[in-house]
Amino acid sequence: MDHTELLFFTEVLVGGLLSGVMYSLVAIGFVLIYKTSGVLNFAQGSMVLFSALTFVSLVERAVPFWVALLATFALMVLLGLSIERLVLRPLVNKPPIILFMATLGLSYMIEGAAQLAWGTQVHALELGIEDLPLEIAGVFISKFDLFAAAIAAAMVTGLTLFFQYTRVGLAFRAVADDTFAAYAVGLRLPRIWATVWTAAGFVATVAGLLWGARLGVQFSLSLIVLKALPVLVLGGFDSILGAIVGGLIIGAAEKLAEVYLGPYVVGGIESWFAYVIALGFLLIRPSGLFGQKPVERA
Amino acid sequence: MKTTAFLKPLRHAALGAALAAIVGASPAKADEQFFPLQSYRVGPYAAGGTGFFGGFIDYLNLVNTRDGGVNGVKLTWEEGETQYEVEKGVEVYERLKSRPNIAAWTPLSVGIAYALIDRVTEDKVPLTTINHGRTDSTDGRVFPYIFPLLLNPYSETSGIVNYIATREGGTEKLKGKKIVVLYHGSPYGKETIPIYELLAEKYGFTVQQIEVPHPGNEQQSQWLTIRRVKPDYVVLRGWGVQNPVALKTAQKTGFPVNKIIGNVWSNSEEDVIPAGDAAKGYVAITTQASGAEYPVVQEIVKSLYDSGKGNLQDKKRIGSVYHNLGIVNGILNVEAIRIAQAKFGKRTLTGDEVRWGFEHLQLSPERVKELGAENLFRSIHVTWDNHEGNGYVKFQQWDGKKWTPVSDWIAPDWALLRPIIEKSSEQYAKEKGLKVRTKEDVDKVNGPTGVAKQ
Repeated sequence: MDHTELLFFTEVLVGGLLSGVMYSLVAIGFVLIYKTSGVLNFAQGSMVLFSALTFVSLVERAVPFWVALLATFALMVLLGLSIERLVLRPLVNKPPIILFMATLGLSYMIEGAAQLAWGTQVHALELGIEDLPLEIAGVFISKFDLFAAAIAAAMVTGLTLFFQYTRVGLAFRAVADDTFAAYAVGLRLPRIWATVWTAAGFVATVAGLLWGARLGVQFSLSLIVLKALPVLVLGGFDSILGAIVGGLIIGAAEKLAEVYLGPYVVGGIESWFAYVIALGFLLIRPSGLFGQKPVERA
Repeated sequence: MKTTAFLKPLRHAALGAALAAIVGASPAKADEQFFPLQSYRVGPYAAGGTGFFGGFIDYLNLVNTRDGGVNGVKLTWEEGETQYEVEKGVEVYERLKSRPNIAAWTPLSVGIAYALIDRVTEDKVPLTTINHGRTDSTDGRVFPYIFPLLLNPYSETSGIVNYIATREGGTEKLKGKKIVVLYHGSPYGKETIPIYELLAEKYGFTVQQIEVPHPGNEQQSQWLTIRRVKPDYVVLRGWGVQNPVALKTAQKTGFPVNKIIGNVWSNSEEDVIPAGDAAKGYVAITTQASGAEYPVVQEIVKSLYDSGKGNLQDKKRIGSVYHNLGIVNGILNVEAIRIAQAKFGKRTLTGDEVRWGFEHLQLSPERVKELGAENLFRSIHVTWDNHEGNGYVKFQQWDGKKWTPVSDWIAPDWALLRPIIEKSSEQYAKEKGLKVRTKEDVDKVNGPTGVAKQ
């Protein structure tokens, strides 16, 4: 491989890793909910759309940036709490497929409500971060993607510290480990679930703003959920670290596959190549790289 | 009060839904001509759908409000949501096809149009695909009911290549150039693959065609490949979110925007505004100008929007690329009916009679001016065997706020394209066992009382 080719390979790899971090941002929202309630919240993508659309619509109506951000966050918290209180709590102890179907239904409802409330027009979202390429040792790297990666890193660090070193975090882990045992020792499950839905609302807001600035704010934001699913399968549904590592692997693998394998087949393979990897992992390691392996006594 | 403003779109949407329900509930009456609209107002391509169908409905509404319909025949319509999905488009067709007095179908989707070719041919009702569609359906000898009006994909391709040649100083300067086509991973996106190959061979440039999987919200690898190829031009054959993401990713990978040429579905405000500064200097092809200064658009504003009857929720979109394309589509449909009425009588027409109208849809620049659309679009000349109608194209450049024309009206290379189209359509006819029509077949029209030679 000559120097030019090596530079190109590095560029594809780094670009893929940074894209992967963007996928992780969405995947973390899934992990938070799944970790504490065992629910795969398919509505996470719609929540991302809803938050971005709300924020940009407020800003366009001359609401100051920080007020719009707080209002969006408040609305997302309210949405999360409402979902928990009105939909998921009545379905507690139902089979996982029922809960999944409920979030699937919610996903369509939130998408519809977002478009009904704010319209279907495409919006530009400027966060004041220039998206010009940065040249490092001959490799072009996106400034915006670097910024997004820094945000993701900060969020993962914060959440990891929170789960490891706070009493609430400990309670979260207890619920995740054994819901009935946690309930039996007096942990207040509704409060924990409400808190985690609030956190998921926050993650959706951050992901919504970053993805919105990257793509423009429009319906397609809700489709990024499809990018998060293979990340979850790979990293594990209940591991925040897994979401990050899974994102990096999926991002890099799909970009390298598109560039180096794509021309030999039909091209446009990256959308399904991530699922090939995910399926492979499912067969070899069903709980993902960092997911908790279920242990059952005979 | 701000809260009231926030609720306004909600109220509009609710009112729109209620009105749509009312329209759908009312039975079609005599002296009405019905347009079933396979629209999309939600989903990933909603921005295009709302703009286009908004313009189309606005024009039909203008004709009703201003003229009392077409020679007294009121125009009615009902929308069926497809979300740009083929199966939903077919569902809408099956649901609405039994409605009386259907004039023409407008799916605004290549995939849906492909799926309906056999059905509309059997039902003898025209289907229009303005600026898109199956290219060989231009050949009316084989596709009597399909009308890729104004610009079929091959003409679009030819127009783009001719424009690049103009920028380079002539077609002979194309030799040795590299062009990358970045296309949407859908039947629409793939439609022009063969013609780019053929034009590359003819003019001596090399072409590399790269697919972007639907919906196109991730294009890092495609643009890195482009950077490696170092093309002289990139043709963006996008749709929806693919377009702003392409422009932004081009910027972040260091590809100059003035070397990107957008196709006819990558040419709207919705494609460039979300891309921000990355879109400044971007050039795209169009068949109709944007802007609200044209008399017909002004009439729509005065007759409809000033009295709260306009179809667009956001008045800022009046005169946008998609809105104006919808208006032009409205003009072409209404004029086809008017031309058919002149032949068959000022009454409700059958689908086959409207087909005859489309096959004689010839609007000179003078007639376009009379319709209040001078400079909005140039002209059209549909014949029984040429269902495109030789539309002219223009190129426009985005300056960060508005589109500005950067070329005069340009004619695609129709003479070059016609044999290719005929070869493809004849092959289709052979595969399907279809009889190739002759000029004599054109006037065999299925009227209200059955088939008659007019």
